[in-house]
Amino acid sequence: MKAAVIRFPGSNCDQDCFIALSEVLGVETHYVWHKETSLDAFDLIVLPGGFSYGDYLRCGAIARFSPVMQSVVDAAKQGKAVLGICNGFQILCEAHLLPGTLVRNQSLHFICEHRRLRVENIDTPWTCATWTGTLLNIPIAHGEGCYVADDATLLELNAHRQILLRYTDENGAATAAANPNGSAQNIAGICNRARNVFGLMPHPERACDPRLGSTDGKVIFESILATLGARKAA
Amino acid sequence: MKAKVIVMPKQSVLDPQGVAVRDAMHHHGLPQVKSVRIGKFMEIEVEGADEAKLHEICRDLLSNPVIEDYRLELQ
Amino acid sequence: MTNEPAITPDLIAKHGITPDEYERIKSILGREPNFTELGIFSVMWSEHCSYKNSKPELRKFPTDGPGVLVKAGEENAGVIDIGDGWAIAFKMESHNHPSAIEPFQGAATGVGGIIRDIFTMGARPVFSLNSLRFGEICGDSAGVKTNRRLFAGVVAGIAHYGNCIGIPTIGGEIYFDESYEGNPLVNVFCLGVLRHEQIARGAAKGIGNPVFYVGAETGRDGLAGAAFASRELTEESKQDRPAVQVGDPFKEKLLLEACLELLETGCVAGIQDMGAAGLTCSTCETASRGGTGVEIDLAKVPKRETSMTPYEIMLSESQERMLIIVKKGHEQTVRDIFEKWDLPYAEVGVVKDDGMMRVLDGGKVAAEIPASKLADDAPIYVRDAKPKSPAKPLQDWPEADSHSALLQLLLHPTIASKNWVYRQYDHMVRAGTCVLPGSDAAVFLVREANKILAATSDCNALYCALDPREGAKIAVAEAARNLACSGAVPLAVTDNLNFGNPHKPENFWQLRECVEGLAEGCRVFNTPVTGGNVSLYNENPGGAIDPTPTVGMVGLIENEKQITTQFFKDAGDAIILLGGFGSEMGATQYLKIVHGKKEGTPPRIDFDRERALHDSLRSLIRSGLVKSAHDCSEGGLAVALAECCISREKPIGAEIDFGATDLRLDQLLFNESQSRIVISVSKTNAAAAVALCEWRGIPARRIGTVGGRELQLRANGTSLLWPVDDLHRAWYSAIRNCMTE
Repeated sequence: MKAAVIRFPGSNCDQDCFIALSEVLGVETHYVWHKETSLDAFDLIVLPGGFSYGDYLRCGAIARFSPVMQSVVDAAKQGKAVLGICNGFQILCEAHLLPGTLVRNQSLHFICEHRRLRVENIDTPWTCATWTGTLLNIPIAHGEGCYVADDATLLELNAHRQILLRYTDENGAATAAANPNGSAQNIAGICNRARNVFGLMPHPERACDPRLGSTDGKVIFESILATLGARKAA
Repeated sequence: MKAKVIVMPKQSVLDPQGVAVRDAMHHHGLPQVKSVRIGKFMEIEVEGADEAKLHEICRDLLSNPVIEDYRLELQ
Repeated sequence: MTNEPAITPDLIAKHGITPDEYERIKSILGREPNFTELGIFSVMWSEHCSYKNSKPELRKFPTDGPGVLVKAGEENAGVIDIGDGWAIAFKMESHNHPSAIEPFQGAATGVGGIIRDIFTMGARPVFSLNSLRFGEICGDSAGVKTNRRLFAGVVAGIAHYGNCIGIPTIGGEIYFDESYEGNPLVNVFCLGVLRHEQIARGAAKGIGNPVFYVGAETGRDGLAGAAFASRELTEESKQDRPAVQVGDPFKEKLLLEACLELLETGCVAGIQDMGAAGLTCSTCETASRGGTGVEIDLAKVPKRETSMTPYEIMLSESQERMLIIVKKGHEQTVRDIFEKWDLPYAEVGVVKDDGMMRVLDGGKVAAEIPASKLADDAPIYVRDAKPKSPAKPLQDWPEADSHSALLQLLLHPTIASKNWVYRQYDHMVRAGTCVLPGSDAAVFLVREANKILAATSDCNALYCALDPREGAKIAVAEAARNLACSGAVPLAVTDNLNFGNPHKPENFWQLRECVEGLAEGCRVFNTPVTGGNVSLYNENPGGAIDPTPTVGMVGLIENEKQITTQFFKDAGDAIILLGGFGSEMGATQYLKIVHGKKEGTPPRIDFDRERALHDSLRSLIRSGLVKSAHDCSEGGLAVALAECCISREKPIGAEIDFGATDLRLDQLLFNESQSRIVISVSKTNAAAAVALCEWRGIPARRIGTVGGRELQLRANGTSLLWPVDDLHRAWYSAIRNCMTE
């Protein structure tokens, strides 16, 4: 099993993802520079957080045209596992691998803090190692994490159970007060119809070490690794 | 009355956003682009305000005179 | 040279050069300087670059110690050993005047500048702190509204730059006081890690080595900013503001990665960032340090604007640029790496053996100055110092209702929770923040080195205003105490000296007293000063700011079990006060906030007692007894106890009984006597903890128990009670409420 962490100019959570995958989860992990054009060697492709191209123009708008992105799109179409975290999620939306888009937080401020997330669907490769309704304590850190989509898209996301994580309060209620950025329906993370592409604003890679206060992020990585491991074995 | 306000970074001030977009356009097959500057465009509907007051607001609120210039067009 | 203004006495004065200094320039050159040379001298001999008014004072700092690998002043930042072949480079720097003019960009470029100082040393920057001072932000007056705008702008600017470049801002301090009205202080701190063998030098070594310019193109940004920072802000100076520098954190992120990648190849002979005084400072300082000369041709410098004159290019303060001296034959390596990162670069010159800084413009000499004389022979002034009359000791003060006084203190933005600020900073990127902002010190795990660092910045400027020497000593003691409370042993210090115009004898006296106080403190705690920054001329129409010698201190925590936070943990735990009840009321926040008085003699500091306190606390922590530790500072014991209850995610109560004391209630609760720490331990360990401290000669007393939903204080037969949820709400939202008024 091999994982790739894509490095765009301005990525800054690349090292955190690398460490979570390689040191915490023991996966062979490689950095892939954005000018590369092949991802054939990898089973899992991670687009890390950061400010690719400074997030000038629109978040993810310039990165989406990096040479490596064509390979990411191809890999996603072949059914490979693609994970976008924070800026990575924004890039996946810009590249139309996921529906909707992310706009400025309603408060207009960047927000960095731990948040409760409710797992909405465990019937996916990204959440299969946990239970529906589980509350995860994972930090967010973004200025533009307000998820927006038109009504038809939201209906479809719900109908196909593509919403995997919602922001909730500590009792698991997805209230307006528990919504840090104004996201539609408290959405924190979604997958595509085929379930192989997953984007989320929170940072699971920052919640993998007990010394940092939470290890709830591990379950996302454990889920996908278990799925991929089972696929390889089959 | 409609007022249009364009706020642009001053000529002498660095516009990092414009530079990044210019470079992206180069990579995107348009090496002829010499410069990109990015500002803001605002449409304001207003009844019976005097022009001097609008200029004052453009200067003090809508733009940051330290690093930006503005242009006010009334229709 | 065409169109260059003639050198007239008026032009010389406009450059801030005195007639005596001009004579000195002529004798160095053996002729009259041309316009470009005059500009070069004016920036290099400004206070900002030359420390001409403060150097004799700065020599009083202890700068050496067993762990010091690079000393203060030798390079851009000092380097300290942390064991196992790893080291840290850290420094604090001010961006006060630019932030007063344009808070967002001023603060942002301040962050960018200090980060460059750190990676210039070959270190990877891993976290930042900042120490901020503004005028009051609560109320409706025009002044208060301006203060809010400055505060919001500075915070957003720091967030913009730090978040984008991906270096977590994990702590610091913020004070609000009328003395900073119109002249806010923005002191930014950055720390980086490196292996011993990775230390990079800012020297132009190796005759014949090529000199590269890398990074952003040069524009007419911040022309003569260094000279600008070296005079008072007046209404006039706000008009004749230089073209404000705009920071580009994205470009700096690329520059950081490219430079570290290049340094890794071993082909760099010397590297220096272009900060204040840009190309001028970096060329003459590298030549001076290398004992060589440097020749550059401005025609080869990448430029953003057309028809720039040599004067403008040499004095430009465009951000995100570096000068790199490359070992001959390795030019291609530089080109490859900078092309990979899509950054401008150019070979602009060569290292020479003649000791000259020679600036060509398309082959023609535009300036020619002996480099070491320019860099190191700035005039040194010992200014007149006149003691300010000492603050009158406090005789008596009115007694306020202690119940509402505590709330009033917790609501004041100086004491209130700073979550409105640090929520805007990405304080968790790099996955190393073990203690989130809001505890006594920030604690960060440096994964590559497997070391846990603690860092804090401290300065109670009110103490310094009323007694500069004692105030500065307390700043060091408090920093060391904050580190002790987090479980760390102090390693070293960086300082940022913020003062008024040094030509005014009372201001200079404050500077001298503070430096001597800091120096004494640093010797006591064995924390050499690794470098820092001096910012003078911090004045506004109302006079000089309160003297603010900010101390940034870094320590090491032996292992993760010893990481200690300030808030109470579990119901039933025993609360122990180390160091006694105290009594000193002068210069307290209680007097200032509740009674509107900035007066009295500040508390005294007894260093022996302070050190013994830290040693005792650390030995308690090592033996695994301590569940929380919090020092008593602004607001005294009552505020410290309240913070222990409410600075956690879910507040928890405490029941405290002080018994009968001979202090008036407000004096007991709000005095700011030094050397006191509140700890909590499990009930079964309480007696052992008290005994261990007393055995070491530290007064220790069990004063209460953690638990419940109220903070209850009993003393002298009176009982006070606050629901902790109320205290938490007030304290947690105070700044947000001010800012959204």
